[in-house]
Amino acid sequence: MPDSELAVHNLKHHFADLEQQKATSTFGMWIFLVTEIMFFGGAFATYLIYRLSYYNAWVAGSQTMEIELGAVNTVVLICSSLTMVMSVHFAKLGNRKLTAIFLLLTLLLGFGFLGIKAVEYHGHWVHHEVPGPNFHFEHQGNYDPRQVMIFFSLYFAMTGMHALHMVIGAGLLTWLLIANARGRFTPEYNSPVEMVGLYWHFVDLVWIYLFPLLYLISHHHNG
Amino acid sequence: METANSEPKTNYLNADYGIKSWLLTTDHKRIALLYLISITLFFFLGGFFAMLIRLELLTPAGDLVLADTYNKLFTMHGVVMIFLFLLPAVPAVFGNFLVPMMIGAKDLAFPKLNLASWYIFIIGACFILYAVVTGGLDTGWTFYTPYSTTYSNSNVVAAALGVFITGFSSIFTGLNILVTVHRMRAPGLTWRRLPLFIWAHYATSVIMVLGTPVLAITIVLVALERLFHFGIFDARMGGDPLLFQHLFWFYSHPAVYIMILPAMGVISEIIACFSRKRVFGYDFVAMSSIAIAVLGFLVWAHHMYVAGISTYAAMIFSMLTFFVAIPSAVKVFNWTATLYKGSITFETPMLYVFAFIGLFTIGGLTGVFLASVGIDLHVTDTYFVVAHFHYVMVGGTVTAFMGALHFWWPKITGKMYPESFAKLSAVLVFLGFNLTFFPQFLLGYMGMPRRYHAYPAEFQVLNVLSTAGASILAVGFLLPMVYFVWSLQYGKDAGPNPYNAAGLEWQTASPPTTFNFEETPVVTWEAYNYDEIDAPNKGVEVAG
Repeated sequence: MPDSELAVHNLKHHFADLEQQKATSTFGMWIFLVTEIMFFGGAFATYLIYRLSYYNAWVAGSQTMEIELGAVNTVVLICSSLTMVMSVHFAKLGNRKLTAIFLLLTLLLGFGFLGIKAVEYHGHWVHHEVPGPNFHFEHQGNYDPRQVMIFFSLYFAMTGMHALHMVIGAGLLTWLLIANARGRFTPEYNSPVEMVGLYWHFVDLVWIYLFPLLYLISHHHNG
Repeated sequence: METANSEPKTNYLNADYGIKSWLLTTDHKRIALLYLISITLFFFLGGFFAMLIRLELLTPAGDLVLADTYNKLFTMHGVVMIFLFLLPAVPAVFGNFLVPMMIGAKDLAFPKLNLASWYIFIIGACFILYAVVTGGLDTGWTFYTPYSTTYSNSNVVAAALGVFITGFSSIFTGLNILVTVHRMRAPGLTWRRLPLFIWAHYATSVIMVLGTPVLAITIVLVALERLFHFGIFDARMGGDPLLFQHLFWFYSHPAVYIMILPAMGVISEIIACFSRKRVFGYDFVAMSSIAIAVLGFLVWAHHMYVAGISTYAAMIFSMLTFFVAIPSAVKVFNWTATLYKGSITFETPMLYVFAFIGLFTIGGLTGVFLASVGIDLHVTDTYFVVAHFHYVMVGGTVTAFMGALHFWWPKITGKMYPESFAKLSAVLVFLGFNLTFFPQFLLGYMGMPRRYHAYPAEFQVLNVLSTAGASILAVGFLLPMVYFVWSLQYGKDAGPNPYNAAGLEWQTASPPTTFNFEETPVVTWEAYNYDEIDAPNKGVEVAG
């Protein structure tokens, strides 16, 4: 399709021009991210209330975390944000090949994160740290071991919700790769790449908060 | 308003044929109709449960259904009415249909998301219906822990998932309306020229977008707790059941405003039209919607005075709750002032407006009673509370919904409803409603608790009155079903603007064409310019 035809094809019937269309989808995406903030906000509020009440148990729970794996995952996600930005950049330049390469890199880094997370989950499973009837925690210190279970409940709920968002993000990246391969994006029309980019950065940002809140509580106690 | 003679033959209803053209439509008007049909079915399902409740309460003994069944009846009545009817009723039907037309747009900003929201709603509804048919749900619509997470033997997870899923349809509707109002307004349609219906829907959408996700995460935690015994809300495991109530009401109190705010928007439109006047204090009415949306987020713990929050917290929340009465009163006073020296006529939609103003005032004022801690301690969990929120939800929202349905029916279908039958049913609804729920104020004040299937014999007279009222109310709601369907075939042709009303939606054909406007209108007038419309020998500038 020639460019002008593609531009008409990409303009939905109810918009006056591509500019209005893009401003609209960007605005919609930001509002969606606000709903995501409120969603995770509920979990963070719950976390905060229990952390204030059960601080000692929270420290004990946090110190069972594999900090190295968590740190590596943080780096992996930050890198994936960089590659995502690059793919948005090249989509705007109309460079299909580099857009595809960076989308693919982002996807691979996302899977890398999920793989490392699975290793961590497996470790918690082996050590009976998954909440439920099989939960068992070697209790040392001034706290109720049941409170550690609440820590792990929130750990699994929050990281699990985050991982689910990563999986959805991976699906979106795959969709972008296919659309990109079909030549859907042009320098004038590339908002899907940018919107998925916003989503991906948001999911990264959630992890940037989850990592210190769950892994790094009062770590110097350990020496 | 001269478009009457140039009625186009194709409109959004006959532009395309076949079931597929409806199920795959992205036209906001068709999606609004899909919602209208679905929520009407759910309204009668919820009403069916209500009738069983009222029949049980006809006699003091618990003789019609078992106590367990009764628990399920009031739970399913609440869940179906709130999540499947009241929340989507006005925004997803009339908001969907009218927001683009009132602002001169061809569609909502995200038509596919709009269709998706209906499918999400239906999928969520299927989960809730699944819970209903597989033994029902007995937690009350509030899903309080630890009963819902640990002790209830009913299908909590399916129902909770259903509520979770329908929440997303609400979020997407709100998001769509917000973006549409920001980005799709016709040239010249500044914020202060917007119809108050739009302001109300804007405020509603803010609540939908900010509140609903919190309900979503709360339900996720409840489901995880029930399935995997997480212990977050279970005191035996160190968790805090009150935290659930805080999270739940953080959404569910603002949700009350999701139900009432768009209804208030409807009232502003209708009262201006049948008083032939601009709404008095336009700016205040518009801003009071925003104020209600903001303040609504700060009052949730007034549902928890007796649940174990501190007296200090209760006092703060009590004070904040009193504040919400201010913007609500601003609206009522301004509507009343709009009537002053207006050329008032008593068409059916206007009858519903009068009903709304009276009933909402009673519902709102008893809300102020309940906001004060002392009175609330006395009437908590009694029929006083039940009567209060039914005055707001049914007397307010459902009444406005009925008013809206009559007012915009000619626009939606191109046909007039039969006026005399409509007036009769409006009167039946008003009388039946008051007979049903006013005795409940007295019952509650006398101490009859809610959620019991049996009661002491001295309460019987008032309960019989209430059940009798419910039967009249049922007739008042069934009658419109008959004449609306009748009017599709035999109703008079409405023409584009049967009430000579202001507003861009009345400048389109009835029914409108798929893209609403032949060319984008340019707005040069204020909302509700009835003095210009009615001025002799002076037409209004009409674009398109």
